Amino acid sequence: MSEAAVELRGIHKRYGDVVAVETIDMAVQSGEFLTFLGPSGCGKTTTLRMIAGLESPSAGDILIKGRRVNDVPIHKRNLGIVFQNYALFPHRSVYDNVAFGLRYRKCSKDEIRTRVREALRLVQLEAMEERYPAALSGGQQQRVALARAIVINPDLLLLDEPLSALDANLREDMRLELKRIQRETAITTLFITHDQSEALAMSDRIAVMSNGRVEQLDTPQVVYNRPTSRFCANFLGNANVMGGRVVGGEPGAWRVDAGGREWLSASTDTWRQGESVAVIVRAEHFQLDVSSVDGEVGNALQARIETVDYLGMSARYIIRPEQGETLELIHGVHHQPLQAGTWVRVWMPADDVILLPPGDVTALAPNDAARLSPEDATRLPPEDAAVGKGAS
Amino acid sequence: MNDGLGWRLIRLSTIAVYLFMFLPIVAVVVLSFNPQQFGGFPMEGVSLRWYRELAENQAIRSALSTSLWLGLQTAIISSVIGVLASLALMRFHFRGKQWISTLLVSPILIPEVVLGVALLLFLRWLSVPRSYALLLLGHVLITLPFVVLVVQARLAGLRRDYEEAARSLGANPVQTFFTVTLPLIMPAVLAGMVFAFTISFDDITATLFWKSAGTETVPTQIFAMLRNSISPEINALGSLMIVITISLPLIAGALARRFARG
Ligand SMILES: Nc1ncnc2c1ncn2[C@@H]1O[C@H](COP(=O)(O)OP(=O)(O)O)[C@@H](O)[C@H]1O
Ligand SMILES: [Mg+2]
Repeated sequence: MSEAAVELRGIHKRYGDVVAVETIDMAVQSGEFLTFLGPSGCGKTTTLRMIAGLESPSAGDILIKGRRVNDVPIHKRNLGIVFQNYALFPHRSVYDNVAFGLRYRKCSKDEIRTRVREALRLVQLEAMEERYPAALSGGQQQRVALARAIVINPDLLLLDEPLSALDANLREDMRLELKRIQRETAITTLFITHDQSEALAMSDRIAVMSNGRVEQLDTPQVVYNRPTSRFCANFLGNANVMGGRVVGGEPGAWRVDAGGREWLSASTDTWRQGESVAVIVRAEHFQLDVSSVDGEVGNALQARIETVDYLGMSARYIIRPEQGETLELIHGVHHQPLQAGTWVRVWMPADDVILLPPGDVTALAPNDAARLSPEDATRLPPEDAAVGKGAS
Repeated sequence: MNDGLGWRLIRLSTIAVYLFMFLPIVAVVVLSFNPQQFGGFPMEGVSLRWYRELAENQAIRSALSTSLWLGLQTAIISSVIGVLASLALMRFHFRGKQWISTLLVSPILIPEVVLGVALLLFLRWLSVPRSYALLLLGHVLITLPFVVLVVQARLAGLRRDYEEAARSLGANPVQTFFTVTLPLIMPAVLAGMVFAFTISFDDITATLFWKSAGTETVPTQIFAMLRNSISPEINALGSLMIVITISLPLIAGALARRFARG
């Protein structure tokens, strides 16, 4: 195991009375693509700016390659930063923009030329050397900004929502492109986004942030399938979160009462009988079978579809089981979604019934709206969920 | 049809106001080409006689050169101080920032006569005699607010991330200023310099208080000449001033646009 590329030790940042970052302890491995994911205002930018040296932490230490850098000014940290609005120098050509950092690095003219060309080739903009930023499209500006940041061979690449200014199609292309470039250069990368599909698609690990803290730090599959907090469950994908009570059982096979029915959970944690828990079942984890069967086996239930929300490649259904509260379910659609009023048999593997401490309900409330927004669901085809399950 | 009359009245009054403002200026320029000593309209020919006399008048030539030098030096000193002050005010936090900011632009708000007397009394109290340096200092004082206001506005609109990007790429603060900040605020700096020059070039009130006995600027020279007689030379000199003060901002504007395009 190599030493951490970046380490944050008890980082805290306040602006007057406003706490931007509560406390963060984490380490980023060398060569890793790590994403900070969280809603707007949770402290992602502030965290990145502290690592960059654009803000100084109110408390805590920042280590880059094992060296404490709290007092090292930004121009001596050797970092590549891609800003949300690219911040290309408007008075300099593409070539001069990319060459900018090399001029402060004791490079010969020839070396500068070679490296700039190479960087521009990497981002596929060889032909644009002479242009000025104003004459480039958003996607091209983005690539120049990226070339400018990586040409200096930074110890760390920092990107603050670099794709959010692009339109949807371009954003997905750049997502792949960025990932390819990162893999080719193997530069340790810290990426910020509030878009869960971006985070899931690109990251080696995701740090889910909320209210100035890291809620969970793990691979995309684990963060998605095994959320460790109600916040994470709600922020990624669509989840049914129910207050419940442990009825009985043992680690690996718990019975809990939630939402007016009994659920079987394969949670390996230890719970006391009668203990309050939050029961989380992902809308995408339901298996759906139109043919009806008699009786219920484990987490199988008969339900009637109440509302249908057609999303293109999938549909979001609100279903009403024979007993208990309504549930949300997302399922892939081939041509036609199921009609409201149809009776279906749905099944939820005990593996996918997550039990968490009841936790703070307040953290949950503001994100209910986000969780119900249809475009979030479109970004999550059910295949993703299936892949996740295979891995877990 | 109904508001036709209203519109016509508005158009008429607008034209009248413009005539009122510009006719005297036009008259000065036209009369400067009048060959007679006590000429009025109608003119009896066109000549450059008064311009020739102007060119031969030693007092006017030295006044013109004093004004040009004074304006140029004022513009340069004001813009250097103005840029530094604006940077400090816009990019750093320190105690008493609001006060300094107000203080810097206050010369705009104080009547020039008061400013003129105040600076003079202050220097008398320090027993410093009137000199060219004092005049220059005074002109910097009255032009500085304009530079600061223009440059500050530009800096406020300049996103921080250009400078942050430059620094992240390895430029230290001074290098960042010269390679990124200054080129990007150059149009405003040029505009500020032009303001400073024209204000200094046109100023008479404060200049009368501050200039030393032998020194004359173009406005004080015209003023002195008017006290003796109304020579048509003054028309020529006036026309010259009009040309300088109008063409300079136009040239600077064109330059700034060129700069901005890069
Ligand atoms: N310069 C600042 N002054 C005061 N408050 C700030 C400043 N920068 C950020 N904040 C506050 O800190 C919190 C976190 O902000 P930020 O890190 O920008 O969040 P994110 O990037 O996750 O949207 C927000 O509540 C924001 O209002
Ligand atoms: Mg942000």
